[in-house]
Amino acid sequence: MARITEAEVRHVAGLARLAITDEEVTHFTEQLTKILEFAEQLDELDTTGVEPTTHALDLKNVLRKDEVRPSLPREEVERMAPDWENGQVRVPAVFE
Amino acid sequence: MNFETIIGIEVHAELSTKSKIWCGCSRTYGAETNTQTCPICLGHPGVLPKLNEEAVNLAIKAAMALNCEIATDTKFDRKNYFYPDTPKAYQISQFDKPIGSNGHVDVEVDGEMKRFRIERVHLEEDAGKMNHTGEKHSVVDFNRTGSPLIEIVSEADMRSPKDAVAYLERLKEVLSFAGVSDVKMEEGSLRCDCNISVRPYGQEKFGTKTELKNLNSFSNVLKALDFEETRHRKLLLSGGVMRQETLRYDEAAKKTILMRVKEGAADYRYFPEPDLVRLEIDEAWKERIRATIPEMPAARRERYMSQYGLSAYDAKALTSTREFSDFFESTTAAGAEPKAAANWLMGEVLGHLNKSDETVETMKLTPESLAELIRLIAEGTISSKIAKRVFTAMMEEGAEPKAYVEANGLAQISDENLLRGYILELFEAHPQMIEDFKNGKDRAKGFIIGQIMKQTKGMANPALLDGLFHEEIAKR
Amino acid sequence: MSLFDHGVAKLHTLLKEGEVTVTDLVKESFDRIEATDDKIGAFLTLNEDAFEQAKRMDELAKTSDDPLFGMPIGVKDNIVTKGMRTTCASTFLENFVPAHDATVVERLHDAGAVTIGKLNMDEFAMGSSNENSAFKPVRNPWDPTRVPGGSSGGSAASVAAGQVLFSLGSDTGGSIRQPAAYCGVVGMKPTYGLVSRFGLVAFASSLDQIGPLTRTVEDNAYLLNTIAGHCDMDSTSAEVEVPDYTAALNQDLTGMKFALPEEFMAEGVAPGVREQIEKAIETLKSLGATIETVSIPSVKYALSAYYLLASSEASSNLARFDGIRYGRRAEADTLDEVFTYSREQGFGDEVKRRIMLGTYALSSGYYDAFYKKAQQVRTLMKQDFAKVFEEYDAIVGPTAPTTAFKLGEQLDDPLTMYANDIMTIPVNLVGIPAISVPAGLSEGLPVGLQIIGNYFDESTLYRVAHAFEQANGGFKMPQL
Repeated sequence: MARITEAEVRHVAGLARLAITDEEVTHFTEQLTKILEFAEQLDELDTTGVEPTTHALDLKNVLRKDEVRPSLPREEVERMAPDWENGQVRVPAVFE
Repeated sequence: MNFETIIGIEVHAELSTKSKIWCGCSRTYGAETNTQTCPICLGHPGVLPKLNEEAVNLAIKAAMALNCEIATDTKFDRKNYFYPDTPKAYQISQFDKPIGSNGHVDVEVDGEMKRFRIERVHLEEDAGKMNHTGEKHSVVDFNRTGSPLIEIVSEADMRSPKDAVAYLERLKEVLSFAGVSDVKMEEGSLRCDCNISVRPYGQEKFGTKTELKNLNSFSNVLKALDFEETRHRKLLLSGGVMRQETLRYDEAAKKTILMRVKEGAADYRYFPEPDLVRLEIDEAWKERIRATIPEMPAARRERYMSQYGLSAYDAKALTSTREFSDFFESTTAAGAEPKAAANWLMGEVLGHLNKSDETVETMKLTPESLAELIRLIAEGTISSKIAKRVFTAMMEEGAEPKAYVEANGLAQISDENLLRGYILELFEAHPQMIEDFKNGKDRAKGFIIGQIMKQTKGMANPALLDGLFHEEIAKR
Repeated sequence: MSLFDHGVAKLHTLLKEGEVTVTDLVKESFDRIEATDDKIGAFLTLNEDAFEQAKRMDELAKTSDDPLFGMPIGVKDNIVTKGMRTTCASTFLENFVPAHDATVVERLHDAGAVTIGKLNMDEFAMGSSNENSAFKPVRNPWDPTRVPGGSSGGSAASVAAGQVLFSLGSDTGGSIRQPAAYCGVVGMKPTYGLVSRFGLVAFASSLDQIGPLTRTVEDNAYLLNTIAGHCDMDSTSAEVEVPDYTAALNQDLTGMKFALPEEFMAEGVAPGVREQIEKAIETLKSLGATIETVSIPSVKYALSAYYLLASSEASSNLARFDGIRYGRRAEADTLDEVFTYSREQGFGDEVKRRIMLGTYALSSGYYDAFYKKAQQVRTLMKQDFAKVFEEYDAIVGPTAPTTAFKLGEQLDDPLTMYANDIMTIPVNLVGIPAISVPAGLSEGLPVGLQIIGNYFDESTLYRVAHAFEQANGGFKMPQL
């Protein structure tokens, strides 16, 4: 298994949208390496052909009927929004 | 150097459910911004998705209509990325087990039948809509968030922009006929992204592709791909190197505009959605859906030509929409002669609809009444001229043709003795006309028939009258 | 003497007879909170309407049939409450007031329970000590220099300190049972799918489960009666018949067979804990049960599998906290700054660490080695536990390897910290139920006996826990 590098830590922080300081990069690199080294013990187990478990219970086809239910009043959406303009949530410009 | 163009297309179509895919919010188009949202589709803390059964039904139906194999065991996965229009910061989609795979459509392009393969059809949720208000800000409307979508991914089988448009037109037709989506590009219920690359003929390896996003009409698809095709070729001929880019098409400038350069593959960190359980589509379920799929337009056209003897042009016009085609079929099923039904539909009916706000679904005309009208003409009960008057009443008031004809005394006079009587009477009164006619003056016939039409208020059966005229004049 | 010493059944009778009013019960809660919470730090938000509600309910108390009617409850702050601030003990949600109620909260309301307030926890339920709360640590009522355990530290401490009759917690890797053990109360982690997760702010969706923390086993059964059962809003909710859990109490243990995994009594277990658990085992034997030592080798891998799975799911679950629609939004000029600064400012270190780990484990190239591998280990564990339940009615052992440790003692080393969960984590990975019940004191600090059962066999756990509790003396109130 690969050791985690500082460059990877920065990349992962980018993927997770976490702004981290240089100090934190060092810190996380150290700690994540430790945790991942510990996790390497899983390699001891032969899992060839073992189905992964996504759910503790094997449920299937849990569906709802196609029925319309009341939506939230828009004031509730507005109340929570950090920034709002004319009925929409406002964010810094996205150019596309 | 000669280049070969390679095009692959991803289409997103919104499914015609009443409610969204994970929650009960309505997905009606055009509602006021942020009025069709709830904690679930806004991704509030603590909410969970619950799968809309109809969304699955429609996705299966679409995949079947596109000749896909339908998965028996399938599931949902999370595709993780941050964007303001994606409330949970992941899209629930299908990664390794799409509902449909290995499909195709067969399309004729410039007289050649081509098969365009479909790699997969999968079910996922739509994102919200970003709008741009000036330079500093964008705003987000979450009404569309969580609407059920299918993504249809083609193989890179198209070799020209024309191929691409033919593929898209066929896809739109199939989705519309199957009743799974209302496929309105202007409302965003059908959207497409195209990948294009070129390579020298004979080269096996694909060239570097560029991706065209947010193309909002088929004509723009054609223009944008034409533009890109030329750009790729020129660049390669001049010894340049293509970059992997995402572009959009600027209609006014008539060219593609760079949105971003792609650096490596995006890392979406797909993993199985733990909040949803697996989906098992058994044979019974598949059969249930299969039974609801109507005959597709290509098959209908084929049948209209072979069975009804219609021209290719007529067959195409009649299958322009599912509703129109269904109306035609119901009319023939009600006993109308197919060619006559086709003529009425493509002529009078479309003409009338074009002038009004009505559609095939909302108009008052029914297939049964149209069939009856056609029968009345064929039987000689009314003339085609009168028929147009009856038709107007049918369209405007929903009149029943037979009852309307009776009530308004519009039936033709086809009583031979009566009509013969009129002719003989006029021959008596105007013997000169007989002479004139025999001397080759056709006006004489026109005068006699005109007089009878006048006396019968136009109700005399013109064909019968004509025959009787010739019969009587021959006796003189 | 506290009114809460009576327990649900007796209080219900007193309410019906008019000896006690709902207002009395609510007052008992608020008085006790007033007197002790400066020391404990269990509450993050108090329900300002509680007395109003109590007043309205007083008239109905005599005719109410629901045993939970009028009972004061504390709710962990990762369970959403409409109109009542829900923070998950995170700066990110410091001012977040939900627009909807969790299913469990609705069920409590329907039963007539009175929500006293929202309970402190480790931020987003990540932690075993409650020191990861963004607002204040919770302190152990048995010794305020010690942690109450976590992440449901506020839920356990508030019950132990007599601030509420009972509380709801959530358990992803031991977050109900370990604090219950540290604080000397009863904590149940039900079978995955028994209690609706709708309205529980997700940490690790495939492991999370809400459960009750109470003074007594009987009260625990009453509370689970109310919150258990199928929920239409939760696709992972099981469609099972929910029995009356109180009906399982008052039975002896004659003929029952329990397994004691040797892995749970290995060298990491503190001598004082070992001593109490050995005593507990003797007690169980004296009640008629047979206990045999077994081995569940895959348990050894649970910790690794758990941290990969839980962190992976968490990294995705917590991505919605992006500063766009609600919660904290940092001052920023660009969109990317909104995301990164809001999250930087809104999340504490442990949350960031787990998001980083999970993001890494899911990123391309590592998925098979980490996430998928961990899920396969989960399958092996399920098989191992299934084998045990073929022969045994339940598994017993300590809830945690030590008693409550000192604040600050383990913060720096995540691996030591994570090791606290070694006995509780396998239960979440397999999805089965487990209860922690007080098993005496070691050097003045509570020890918990964990009883693990088969899927949906909560009744057996209550039966065993109740018999043990009766034999062992039951709830003890710490001196505060």
